[in-house]
Amino acid sequence: MNLLKDAFKGNIRQYAMVFALLFIVVMFQILTNGVLLLPQNVTNLIQQNSYILILGMGMLICIVAGAFDMSVGSVAAFVGATSAVFAINLQLDTYSSVGLALAIGVAVGAMQGYFIAYVKVPAFIVTLAGMLVFRGLTQVVLAGRTLAPFPEDYKIVSTGFLPDYFGGTDLHLTTLLIGLLVSLVVVTLQTLKRRKKRKLGMAVPPRILFLLQVVAVISVLNVFTYWLALYKGMPTVLVLLFVMYVFYDFLTTKTVLGRHIYAMGGNEKAARLSGVSTNRVLFFAFVNMGLLAAIAGIVFTGRLDAATPKAGTGFELDAIAAAYIGGASSSGGIGTILGVIIGGLVMGVLNNGMSIMGVNVDWQLAIKGTVLLVAVVFDVYSKSKTKAG
Amino acid sequence: MSQLLVMQDITKTFPGVKALDGVGIEVAEGEIHAICGENGAGKSTLMNILSGVYPHGTYTGSVVFEGKECEFRTIKDSEHRGIVIIHQELALISYLTIAENVFLGNEVVTHGVIDWDQAELRAGELLKRVGLNKSPSGYVRDLSVGEQQLVEIAKALSKKVKLLILDEPTAALNELESTNLLSLLLQLKKEGITCVLISHKLKEIELVADKITILRDGATIETLDKAVDGVSQDRIIRGMVGRDIFDVYPKRVSNPGEMMLEVKNWNVFDPQIEDRQILFDMHLTVRRGEVLGLAGLMGAGRTEFAMSLFGRSFGKRVQGDVWKEGKRIDVSTVPKAIAHGIAYATEDRKGSGLILIDTIQNNITLANLRSMSKNGVLDEDVEHLSAEDKRVLLGIKCPNVYQKVVNLSGGNQQKVVLGKWIQISPDVLILDEPTRGIDVGAKYEIYSIINRLAAEGKSIILISSEMPELLGMADRIAVVNQGRIVGEFDRKDATQEGIMHCIMNSMGGTRP
Repeated sequence: MNLLKDAFKGNIRQYAMVFALLFIVVMFQILTNGVLLLPQNVTNLIQQNSYILILGMGMLICIVAGAFDMSVGSVAAFVGATSAVFAINLQLDTYSSVGLALAIGVAVGAMQGYFIAYVKVPAFIVTLAGMLVFRGLTQVVLAGRTLAPFPEDYKIVSTGFLPDYFGGTDLHLTTLLIGLLVSLVVVTLQTLKRRKKRKLGMAVPPRILFLLQVVAVISVLNVFTYWLALYKGMPTVLVLLFVMYVFYDFLTTKTVLGRHIYAMGGNEKAARLSGVSTNRVLFFAFVNMGLLAAIAGIVFTGRLDAATPKAGTGFELDAIAAAYIGGASSSGGIGTILGVIIGGLVMGVLNNGMSIMGVNVDWQLAIKGTVLLVAVVFDVYSKSKTKAG
Repeated sequence: MSQLLVMQDITKTFPGVKALDGVGIEVAEGEIHAICGENGAGKSTLMNILSGVYPHGTYTGSVVFEGKECEFRTIKDSEHRGIVIIHQELALISYLTIAENVFLGNEVVTHGVIDWDQAELRAGELLKRVGLNKSPSGYVRDLSVGEQQLVEIAKALSKKVKLLILDEPTAALNELESTNLLSLLLQLKKEGITCVLISHKLKEIELVADKITILRDGATIETLDKAVDGVSQDRIIRGMVGRDIFDVYPKRVSNPGEMMLEVKNWNVFDPQIEDRQILFDMHLTVRRGEVLGLAGLMGAGRTEFAMSLFGRSFGKRVQGDVWKEGKRIDVSTVPKAIAHGIAYATEDRKGSGLILIDTIQNNITLANLRSMSKNGVLDEDVEHLSAEDKRVLLGIKCPNVYQKVVNLSGGNQQKVVLGKWIQISPDVLILDEPTRGIDVGAKYEIYSIINRLAAEGKSIILISSEMPELLGMADRIAVVNQGRIVGEFDRKDATQEGIMHCIMNSMGGTRP
């Protein structure tokens, strides 16, 4: 029991998040009479809420650096609207319209980042202004109307599925294979990591715990892919999410830039006096956020198959909430990509579960707000605990 | 005269340090009582206890005011009894008017509504009393530092002050303003207000004080009575520094080599206040393997010098040349300074030295990540080995380098800071108060590290407010006062008295 206790102690937040997610899943599974975890709904849930995860990863980097971005919802809508103009009004091919739209997102991020990092206007004000400006520009671009429908290939990322190369009839075999391959990679990486830690003389959890952990991860992974395979297989957006997850996890944990982001959020003065170009780091965080807001915009617009003036309203709050629920600290310097994914799933399950139950949208907002507050209160509480201990 | 204030046997400990150890002071009614002592002698701590900044219960000993035992929990409690402290950093709000500031927290109200006419009227009277010829409805931001000081005193008077404590009131004032302030104190004394004056400027103390209590290392050394003892500056200095230097400094054979770093005509202006010059034509050199000490009072400009040199981390309009090993170098940003082998370990360990929520390893490697990475991707093995190496080298006491820095003791935290800078293999290492707030044992270890680095041929610039530390560690001591180099001593010629005199003699020059 002591072993378990020690293992938990250091990672209490990580585990708490996972338990919170499990709790919410079980709760809605019961409340929705088993609809939540039906293969079709799981696929739905992923496609519907992918924007939270995409935005959340960008938001996490901003939050770790000690800032945050209020404008992402409006920017996503704006990018979606411009891409609609390119693809529908101007009849550009999909690559061009998506490419141009992404470039617009980067430009928007660079502009906001410039004001925040170099002119030193507080991020709250710059992005609040951005929230209004780009909401307004969205309406201008769309002339207040909804643009639809999009060409088929525009929607592949948001609503498409991987084709099945093995011609499975009831089961999507490619999806299963992907699950197995990823399992293999996870096992290899985890074993290598553990071996290295031991070599370096770091404390590692006992073998039995390690095995349990690996088995748990692999079973969850394969049950998940099996579940997807029962319906239409692997959604393309999930592939996108996975690639992004791997990329940003690597960026935040294994690169100089990542370390600088954490250092800056942990203590800006100390980081600056250690030779970290804090301006440049902050600028990057917002350029990156602009790019991810653009991707989220395209995914969301594609899923809706329409660019509407009201798209993306409240996205910024979902993304910020996902980061905080996932354990990011509101004072900066703390937070992980895995955490924000879990936080985003919590938000996603809440959204989806309450929709299935037919909860009124106003109540949905109130409940999501409460969950966010509880998560942050827990964060503050657990931090004051560690300080005392 | 009866005793207005008696503080007895006051002891106050901070984590790891005993700031006050059985200090006593007696202040008679209607006198001006000066408190002298070096930096860190415990003057401010004592006054913070008296004014309730450190609440009753966080110290031991008794405070008796007007014959009654005091148990102040907040500043409000002490102000209620008529004790008002004016800190070195003025606590006025520049975007409020003089009258608003004077009555801040003590507003003139009728039925809970502020009576502004009455407030301005009364503020006007108070301003007249302190000799400030300004309208009470003017803004504080338009006043000079000296005038703001007068507003602070007016504010104290509005609270029916009986005991006025002034902490370094003339530190930022020019000659004329200082003279005005001192004569105001003498006038207030005539009006029956007792005053405790903390000052480094012994000339002023000689001029106005009736009694002088000298603190040293958190203990009362003596109280001099002007009427009885006849007080001279020499006498006070002897009291302030008169102690034996114990053998707390590890021996080192000093062997300075060729010239390492030369800083010429270094001028720096205040980052906030336009046209206020902070450093004036400073000129410093340090050789290979040499420990150069920078002596001076707090606020003399030593930290400002170090930070402005280190990638212009302080100040505006930084002008001057830096030469290293015979070549002129560009140190205009922190990364450039680091690339030229200059390191600066800050005095503010927690505020700007460490990322407390991060691990020992990440702190140690932070300034040198580029050399441990390829195309921006970290080599974690190299990183770990390098951090581990510093842990062993510096004797950082921790289970492993993955511990959070926040959980370490002050001495070990300081070693992490040193580790970070040793990590970049610097040629010039500027150490700003490297032993502040750490215990004696850890101090000795830090000194040994400094000696080892010097023996390796690195140049060390050591900034310290503890004079014995400078005398024990430095090969050469440059004395800084009011933004200028005002003297230089070789190790063999340096004495505490000599340095103190050097500082005092350069005091009082009008700030341009």
